[in-house]
Amino acid sequence: MSAVIETQGLTKRYGQVVAVDDLNLRLSAGEVFGMLGPNGSGKTTTILMLLGLTEPTSGTARVLGEDPARNPLAVKRRVGYLPDSVGFYDELTARENLGYTASLNGMSAKEADARIDEVLTRMGLRDVADRLAGAYSRGMRQRLGLADVLLKRPQVAILDEPTIGLDPEAAHEFLDMIRGLKADGLTVLLSSHLLHQVQVICDRVGLFSKGKMVLEGTVEGLSQQVLGGAYRITVETVGEDIERALTGIPGALRVTRQRPGVYVLDTKEDVRGEVARRVAATRANLIGIALERTSLGDVYTRYFHEGAPA
Amino acid sequence: MMKREGTPRREGSPWTGLWAVVMKEMADHLSSVRMRLLEGLILLVAIGTVYAAIQALRTTVSEDPFLFLRLFTVSRSEGRDLSFVSFLGFLIPLTGIALGFDAINGEHNRRTLSRVLSQPIYRDALLLGKFLGGLFTIAIMLLALWLLVTGLGIFRLGVIPSGEEVGRGLLFMMATVAYAGIWLVLAQCFSVIFRQPSTSALAAIAVWLFFAVFWGIVADILVQIVRPAEFPGDDLGQAQLALALSRLSPNTLYAEMLAAFLNPNVRFLSPVLITQLEGAIRAPLPLSQSLMLVWPQLAGLISAVLLLFAVTYMYFQRQEVRA
Repeated sequence: MSAVIETQGLTKRYGQVVAVDDLNLRLSAGEVFGMLGPNGSGKTTTILMLLGLTEPTSGTARVLGEDPARNPLAVKRRVGYLPDSVGFYDELTARENLGYTASLNGMSAKEADARIDEVLTRMGLRDVADRLAGAYSRGMRQRLGLADVLLKRPQVAILDEPTIGLDPEAAHEFLDMIRGLKADGLTVLLSSHLLHQVQVICDRVGLFSKGKMVLEGTVEGLSQQVLGGAYRITVETVGEDIERALTGIPGALRVTRQRPGVYVLDTKEDVRGEVARRVAATRANLIGIALERTSLGDVYTRYFHEGAPA
Repeated sequence: MMKREGTPRREGSPWTGLWAVVMKEMADHLSSVRMRLLEGLILLVAIGTVYAAIQALRTTVSEDPFLFLRLFTVSRSEGRDLSFVSFLGFLIPLTGIALGFDAINGEHNRRTLSRVLSQPIYRDALLLGKFLGGLFTIAIMLLALWLLVTGLGIFRLGVIPSGEEVGRGLLFMMATVAYAGIWLVLAQCFSVIFRQPSTSALAAIAVWLFFAVFWGIVADILVQIVRPAEFPGDDLGQAQLALALSRLSPNTLYAEMLAAFLNPNVRFLSPVLITQLEGAIRAPLPLSQSLMLVWPQLAGLISAVLLLFAVTYMYFQRQEVRA
């Protein structure tokens, strides 16, 4: 598949501060890519460079085959951008706000009217389209923002912190809408620090820290890399020498004692059977055994709080 | 593709989307409360001063070929200048500043800037569109005002303006738009530099006050320092220096243009010796000659607008988009 977004050695410096450091990113068509990282890790700067709103200090970017620093108009015609905490003209109605975007995109009045109706309906804002944008709630504004992105029929949608400030219900709804974009064949690049939300919709994830993309891959792949395992088995038992018995299990990468009688295993695969046999062999009482898939949150926490593994 | 050195040349027209911005800005301005207040104020002043001028003109019996121009310049009370143009010289900067002081930082604070700039337009179009939108708004307002005053004049004086009076009136409008432009672009420049709209408004008003009130005083002091009057012949040099200094103020340039456009009897704007006037025919100047008289002023004012716009543009291009 051809790359929709591709950067090579993309770097941005503000004086001494390196905001983005030698970034190599590649997004294929139809992919949902999540940029994860704490605030100030270079996610927004990367996005601005991809849109040609900030010039890279060095390195190159290609969006849909165009260089955003050289031909930003061609890029921006085909890429929709939802800034973090998007703003609208409060004294205009939602429809008028979108009308301005449509005219900036050179749409005719007739085309714009039809298109605005279409995106507002899709975002569930049709009934409140003629209300002032200033009267919109946070969730409605965010949906209006997405309507604004879709207005120009983009091939790529770049969403910066799309769920920030939304209540769980609204965030869930919004994530569904983003999933809908993928179904339409759009390539989506989104940035967030809310991991559990990202991992449910992203095909691939990049972990950003201090301007560098330190890890990149699918959610499962990252778990493998960082935790060394993708599964976590919790064993509850009463008995002696359990820890030693559990250490030798093939596929188990590490065993930690969480508290007396509770052991946690990071494993590559589901080895519950083997765990149960070994515990039974020590003549200990097996009280409980539970399996969970490690979430990206664990990866994130492990990575940023315990330092990168060697 | 060949790797280019330095800043890559950008492609696509910088004017893409310009008219969308201009139309949006004009719609905003024309419907804003801010503009309605100013329009109301200016209308009241216009009606008041022009009505007073009409009263004064009706009592004069002397024949005046430029009756309509007098509507703008005649003030009834002696001593104090209460003419229409003197008020306009005061209200136009205020309008210009009011339309420009939150042009860019307002977008920043509403967090609309990055959304607008992520549309297929360059920053050039946004900045120029905002400037032109403001300027056209002022031009429309002034044109309506001029027509209103002229209509009032026809109605109350019972005479029709001559072609030359119309021409001079239009040039007066043009000069006023240029004068408004300088305050508009100054306010926009501050709106790029300062993040708070209140700061940029205050800064623009401070500059205006400086030129309106203090520049005359400063210029006088400077003249005394640079060219102290020691010999009788120094007077002329002093006067010329004082004039040159005062012409750094847009207010002076505007006042001189008004004098030339609205009063055809004004033949010179700089000090001249009596000997230079020898043989001159005492007659009003034709329009083309009046225009020639203030051509440097008009050109100076417009180039000052362009210069300030260039500075604003430079600042804006270097600014980070993120809030």
